[in-house]
Amino acid sequence: MSNGILVFVEHRAGAINKISYEAIAAAQEIGAKLNQPVSAVLFGANFQDLAQQVAAYKLDGVVYADNEKLAEYTPDGYADAMEFVVRARDPFLVIFPHTYLVRDFAPKLSARFGKGVISDCIRAQMENGELVFSRRIFLGKIDADVVSNSDAPVFATFQSGAYRGETAEKGTGVSVETLAVEVGEIRMKPEPAFQEVKSAVDLTKAEIIVAVGRGIKGQENLQLVEKLAQILGGEVAASRPICDAGWLPIDRQIGSSGQTVAPKLYIALGISGAIQHLVGMKNASTIVAVNKDPEAPIFDIADYGIVGDIFEVIPALTEEVRKLKG
Amino acid sequence: MKIIVLMKQVANKDAILRINKDQTWIEESDLSYEVNESDGYALEESLRLKEKHGGEVVVCTMGPARVKAVIKDALARGADRAIHILADDLPRPSPFAAASIIAGAIKDEQPDLIMSGLQSDDNSYAQTGVILAELLGLPHATIVIEVDASGEGLRVKRELESGWYQWYTMPKPALLTIQSGISQIRYATLKGIMAAKKKEIKEVTPTIDTNAASHQKVTKIYFPQKQKQTQFLGDGDAKAGAAMLADKLRTEARII
Repeated sequence: MSNGILVFVEHRAGAINKISYEAIAAAQEIGAKLNQPVSAVLFGANFQDLAQQVAAYKLDGVVYADNEKLAEYTPDGYADAMEFVVRARDPFLVIFPHTYLVRDFAPKLSARFGKGVISDCIRAQMENGELVFSRRIFLGKIDADVVSNSDAPVFATFQSGAYRGETAEKGTGVSVETLAVEVGEIRMKPEPAFQEVKSAVDLTKAEIIVAVGRGIKGQENLQLVEKLAQILGGEVAASRPICDAGWLPIDRQIGSSGQTVAPKLYIALGISGAIQHLVGMKNASTIVAVNKDPEAPIFDIADYGIVGDIFEVIPALTEEVRKLKG
Repeated sequence: MKIIVLMKQVANKDAILRINKDQTWIEESDLSYEVNESDGYALEESLRLKEKHGGEVVVCTMGPARVKAVIKDALARGADRAIHILADDLPRPSPFAAASIIAGAIKDEQPDLIMSGLQSDDNSYAQTGVILAELLGLPHATIVIEVDASGEGLRVKRELESGWYQWYTMPKPALLTIQSGISQIRYATLKGIMAAKKKEIKEVTPTIDTNAASHQKVTKIYFPQKQKQTQFLGDGDAKAGAAMLADKLRTEARII
């Protein structure tokens, strides 16, 4: 009989990912609700030290899967190792942080159990004795409640920010069980990870950011945004489609694949507010959104909103700020 | 090189969405559709690889008759032929069910490469490609932003988080999920549109029951609860809204 929750802990460059603590917090909370033991699992080759760090959390066990082939991440290696651990431990629920690495191997793992992953969840609650996961669909415009209708194990990933990492409870220390996992042939060979030429602009230091999205329609209209940023003394930034189109360089991109910022003021112009963008800016102190769609998800996190045409609002706002600044 | 591109039709990004009466899905009666954004980039990348290395690009899409629009557009841009998996819109297949159906539909094709977008803009599972790779026994890479197929195998550049990247090499055949922005998407030419009319569109029906293979079930959908109490300014008047905003930024937020 499947029992307990297993939570996957990701690490990179010798450190545990911050979002992994959020996954631990998620597993602890769900474990408490369901009265189920929670164990953590991490992989590597000679990464026992990291396993010890995880063991400081309030858990019922820590599994450290050691294999030379796990020194570097590959989907083949991680799927094999995780399959081995899941079959050995037989949990009813396996929780992952929703990272690019997890996205790369978790569906492969779940396929070996004849199912998919309940991916990118924002919360999990008990309703009528059933664990209900919520995920955001349609680029953040709608939420969907999802239940598993298969046998254990259920695989679920939680989005960054769904739980707070600092609420992960520390414990009195558990022992780390080192498991010699079997890993088969690795077909993909990774080269060292690298960063492109260091960003020319460090948006993380900007106090005011004026960000523009798809609503700007054309590169020639960017000068409107630049004028507003200039009068405010802020930096221009953009959502992904603007940088994809080459209208602004990639070092101006805010979001999961770009920079994560927390300025005093963030003005989102013609940005609908897909999750990938929101994770990069939702911690700004004051958020202003201008969008023609009153249902745009960006308004969910905005302090001030104007529903309207950005081509009318931007020049008007520029003029008003100019007046105030004298 | 034979490349299969998986493309999905999704609700138009700018569409105002309404939720149906049963809260099971969105109201589709007057909805406009478009090709899933990253799938468009997957098609562009496969056309470029074909131009460089020769071969064939086969588009595969699943859905009711309306998804023919995606196929016709892809054929007009330069894809050689298409496989249309004719499936009712509901029940919406889970990623495992979708991957299983696609695996059945392309089993005789023997491609060198399968490409899809990294996720759909409607359900955003981001899994169908990876599960398909596993079902077919192929190596895969996700969130790919550059493909080098000039050697024996493949060398692909993957996007990691926070501005990091990594190259991976792997043997062919393989499956790649493509990130938006990998290249500039071409437009269909008039010549392409005319040529597309003669191209083959093979219709197939799903080999498995989509209901039986779904391991997760959407019980209801709804609009998200607001996380913040947003002050809406101007009431539709842009000028008034801008003036009020400037004032609030000065007096309340104390930023100006």
